[in-house]
Amino acid sequence: MMQFMLLFSRQGKLRLQKWYVAHPDKVKKKITRELITTILSRKPKMCSFLEWKDLKVVYKRYASLYFCCAIEQNDNELLTLEIIHRYVELLDKYFGSVCELDIIFNFEKAYFILDELLLGGEIQGTSKKNVLKAIAAQDLLQEEETPQGFFEDHGLG
Amino acid sequence: MPAVRGDGMRGLAVFISDIRNCKSKEAEIKRINKELANIRSKFKGDKTLDGYQKKKYVCKLLFIFLLGHDIDFGHMEAVNLLSSNKYSEKQIGYLFISVLVNTNSDLIKLIIQSIKNDLASRNPIHVNLAMQCIANIGSKEMAEAFGYDIPKLLVSGDTMDVVKQSAALCLLRLFRTSQEIIPSGEWTSRIVHLLNDQHLGVVTAAASLIDALVKRNPDEYKGCISLAVSRLSRIVTASYTDLQDYTYYFVPAPWLSVKLLRLLQNYTPPDDPGVRGRLNECLETILNKAQEPPKSKKVQHSNAKNAVLFEAISLIIHNDRCIKLQDPRISLEHNFQNQNFPSVRGRKIREPQLLVRACNQLGQFLSNRETNLRYLALESMCSLATSELSHEAVKKHQEVVILSMKMEKDVSVRQQAVDLLYAMCDKSNAEEIVQEMLNYLETADYSIREEMVLKVAILAEKYATDYTWYVDVILNLIRIAGDYVSEEVWYRVIQIVINRDDVQGYAAKTVFEALQAPACHENMVKVGGYILGEFGNLIAGDQRSAPIVQFQLLHSKYHLCSPMTRALLLSTYVKFVNLFPEVKSVVQDVFRQHSNLRSADAELQQRASEYLQLSIIASTDVLATVLEEMPSFPERESSILAVLKKKKPGRVPENEIRASAAASANASTNHQNDHSTSGSAPAAAASVTNNSMSADLLGLSTPSAPSNTGVLVDVLGDIYGGSPSANAASTQQNNYNPKKFVCKNNGVLFENDLIQIGVKCEFRQNLGRLALFYGNKTSFPLQNFSATIQSPSDWVNKLNIQVKPVDMLLEAGAQIQQMVNAECVDDYTDTPTMNVTFLYNNVPQKLKMKLPLTINKFFEPTEMNGESFFARWKNLGGSISNPQKSQKIFRAAQPMDLVATRTKVLGFGMQLLDGIDPNPDNFVCAGIIHTRTHQIGCLLRLEPNKQAQMYRLTVRSSKESVSQEVCELLADQF
Repeated sequence: MMQFMLLFSRQGKLRLQKWYVAHPDKVKKKITRELITTILSRKPKMCSFLEWKDLKVVYKRYASLYFCCAIEQNDNELLTLEIIHRYVELLDKYFGSVCELDIIFNFEKAYFILDELLLGGEIQGTSKKNVLKAIAAQDLLQEEETPQGFFEDHGLG
Repeated sequence: MPAVRGDGMRGLAVFISDIRNCKSKEAEIKRINKELANIRSKFKGDKTLDGYQKKKYVCKLLFIFLLGHDIDFGHMEAVNLLSSNKYSEKQIGYLFISVLVNTNSDLIKLIIQSIKNDLASRNPIHVNLAMQCIANIGSKEMAEAFGYDIPKLLVSGDTMDVVKQSAALCLLRLFRTSQEIIPSGEWTSRIVHLLNDQHLGVVTAAASLIDALVKRNPDEYKGCISLAVSRLSRIVTASYTDLQDYTYYFVPAPWLSVKLLRLLQNYTPPDDPGVRGRLNECLETILNKAQEPPKSKKVQHSNAKNAVLFEAISLIIHNDRCIKLQDPRISLEHNFQNQNFPSVRGRKIREPQLLVRACNQLGQFLSNRETNLRYLALESMCSLATSELSHEAVKKHQEVVILSMKMEKDVSVRQQAVDLLYAMCDKSNAEEIVQEMLNYLETADYSIREEMVLKVAILAEKYATDYTWYVDVILNLIRIAGDYVSEEVWYRVIQIVINRDDVQGYAAKTVFEALQAPACHENMVKVGGYILGEFGNLIAGDQRSAPIVQFQLLHSKYHLCSPMTRALLLSTYVKFVNLFPEVKSVVQDVFRQHSNLRSADAELQQRASEYLQLSIIASTDVLATVLEEMPSFPERESSILAVLKKKKPGRVPENEIRASAAASANASTNHQNDHSTSGSAPAAAASVTNNSMSADLLGLSTPSAPSNTGVLVDVLGDIYGGSPSANAASTQQNNYNPKKFVCKNNGVLFENDLIQIGVKCEFRQNLGRLALFYGNKTSFPLQNFSATIQSPSDWVNKLNIQVKPVDMLLEAGAQIQQMVNAECVDDYTDTPTMNVTFLYNNVPQKLKMKLPLTINKFFEPTEMNGESFFARWKNLGGSISNPQKSQKIFRAAQPMDLVATRTKVLGFGMQLLDGIDPNPDNFVCAGIIHTRTHQIGCLLRLEPNKQAQMYRLTVRSSKESVSQEVCELLADQF
């Protein structure tokens, strides 16, 4: 089972965090800090797996973003790399050539997509088509709602 | 600002841009505080906010939280959003709760109703949203509230596939918090049959769920085996186009394949020959595919394919292990050189062949271009190396692995190589591997040095056939990586040197040489100080290491050392006073030095002043007793292993074919005990010093052999209780040598792969008490355990023995204690035998061992002067026929080392009388054997003849049979 997933930039800024086990905020912050430092200090071409406490950490860099997952001893490292890749593919498809800024400005979407891919720390949507279908259905529901916000934001509400 | 998709919240985007444009951290915080104040006033304001505004502000709060700030309000607004009839608002409400709400929050009660409503919705999107939230929080309350709904969704016929798939995972999450949520009975088969579902997404999710359920109750879910095998078989034989979107980069359903292979690792290989055959075919197919040319150059293709391959190898290793446990003959009947595999009912067993292929496959990966694959191959090989059969096959790759340790660019890969070398090490390659690890240690990364030091120390100890090699290795460790040598490591080398008299002279010589280096590590000074203090006399004959030279060498380091080391050295110095009277005055000068006698450090001050007084007041006899050589340490598991296990909590101890659970169970106590004893071993000596000294001043001293009075035994006693269950560390594997217990009372009485039996005993006059410690070294319980005296009737008139019953069950890794009381009724020969029987894996085991209850245990040492000794000696040997005398002349079976001989004579239980025999090399002793009815006085003389390598032993006592038995017992020791 995956314990958590972190997305952070080359500068060490956290962009997304998803926890599948409960920890107090303090502990989460500490873990995040430690892992970001460890991973950023590693050179490119190094192996994507780390032993970390009693967990295995799997990470991969895509452009300016690092994707990092902590999994348990029984979990498969190589497939975790492919979960990351699948997530990147989904983001890419959704945003159309995704970049770090997309994830910053649409962090909630990044969460919604992740929730379709993983549930409770286990892979849910191994079919890309089905995940995209689910996301599209969500968007469709939204579009049916009145775009009330447009007026509000322009002081016309 | 990039375009925002969907119903973008402009206000949010503006805020995010503002934050990004902040030039400094302070500006950012200012902007955030402004926003927080704004949101707070909006939420508190009189004007009711509409859904959109609530959504927008909640989203802003989320963003602020993600920036690393604490958020302590907005929860109620988020809860309100849950019941919005607009999906986008509901979704943000759920997101906020998933990200921000802790499991124990009061809010959970408030949201349960909203979740219930969504769960009952006819729109699958709403249902899934609710389940994502349940899974995210996954608390006990959630399990209680939805323990009924979720299983129903999972197996109900009219649930849509997408919902079913989420329900399986949601249920899994709740099951992890609260096991009772899963209903049993008819549900079991319905859940298991999800593996047959048409929808691969449902099957994948169900496989995860079933894996967890099986772990709790394997028998109930046994039905999943054949379903999993047939599903797997369909996938591996499918072409990549068959599974459409479930094919990932030309690999059919990799996630599902891996999960099924994992699931099967919860069971032994299928009993049904058909299913088992099909499974082996699948595994063969996967291995075959590994050899095919890749269908794509993309790394995704190779990763997915190899993920399945590694999981298959893992299953092959697992199955192989199970088969061997069921039928150990298989591993004996064949090996890698001889590929004639045994057959069952005419059919070839394919598992061993699979194992060979798996091992070769991993071997190929060791030199793969991809770092990730090399890493994983090293990791998988670790588990192969712990299987006896494949161990040899892994060893073929030793050179490559050593190269990996030296040449890999990535420290985590090098670390894996070190782990594998540790796992594949055995008697045959230990010297080479240890040497390579030592060489590498000089340049090794700081992050792995400490662990490497532990590993080298463990291997050196475990596989030492020649303990001079062990001493060399540890001293090299200190030289190369002194800073990383923890206390456990140097305590251990001292324990071993003290316990093994064959290495003491060599150790003294080697530390003496090592200390001559101009700069030497403080740990070297500690070890050197301790060893020279105990065994410096063994090298004092050489002018180059004369007592004064030893002293000066140690003292030249004194001022560079920490107080703890200085304290240890002070103990060494006072031991020198005893060993070498000629350095007494120099040592006393050091004690008198202002910096010691008035040291700001209380410990140093106390030692200096007490040792000084001791050296002034005490007679040589008293000094010799007080500052006697340290007694042997009870044999037990090396605490180093415990430290290593602590460092790597997630990993099984690799160099242990049968994991020693006992060790990890006792790890923490072990560690502590070690600290208190070994760490203060000199201090222990000091406390003994204090006792004896005060006793002597009162004139009540009855100097006695420490092994019998138990002063030192008591000091060390509690460590023994801590863990006599040794194994990796114990100097002899599979050992049983009752002879060695004639001259000692504590230690490992018997040991093999399954069990270790330690003993600790005490004697007072004609009474004795033994504590036997049975340690289960396996990872299985030992059943029907019993330990009784063999033919007790034979002993009735000689020894009155009471054996306390023991538990019938000895849990895996556990240890139990059995007490035995003995009373010597009359003199006797030989010693009682204990029968130990138990079932291991339903195979009955029977052990016999002699108890350490030889007649000499009931000796009371007797002090006497020369005059009375000779008077009695003549008396006992008076008559012409010499009926009470027994004499033996025999050749030395072991090298003649007078120090070692002395230790044994002392341990024998009689009083060693110095200065009575005109020849100082001879040993003269006196003692009384206590029986219930009478006492038998006994005198002894042992004359070593070094030229002839012979001993002459004469025993005189008031009873002939006793003389003979005592003579037999002791003569066997040299």
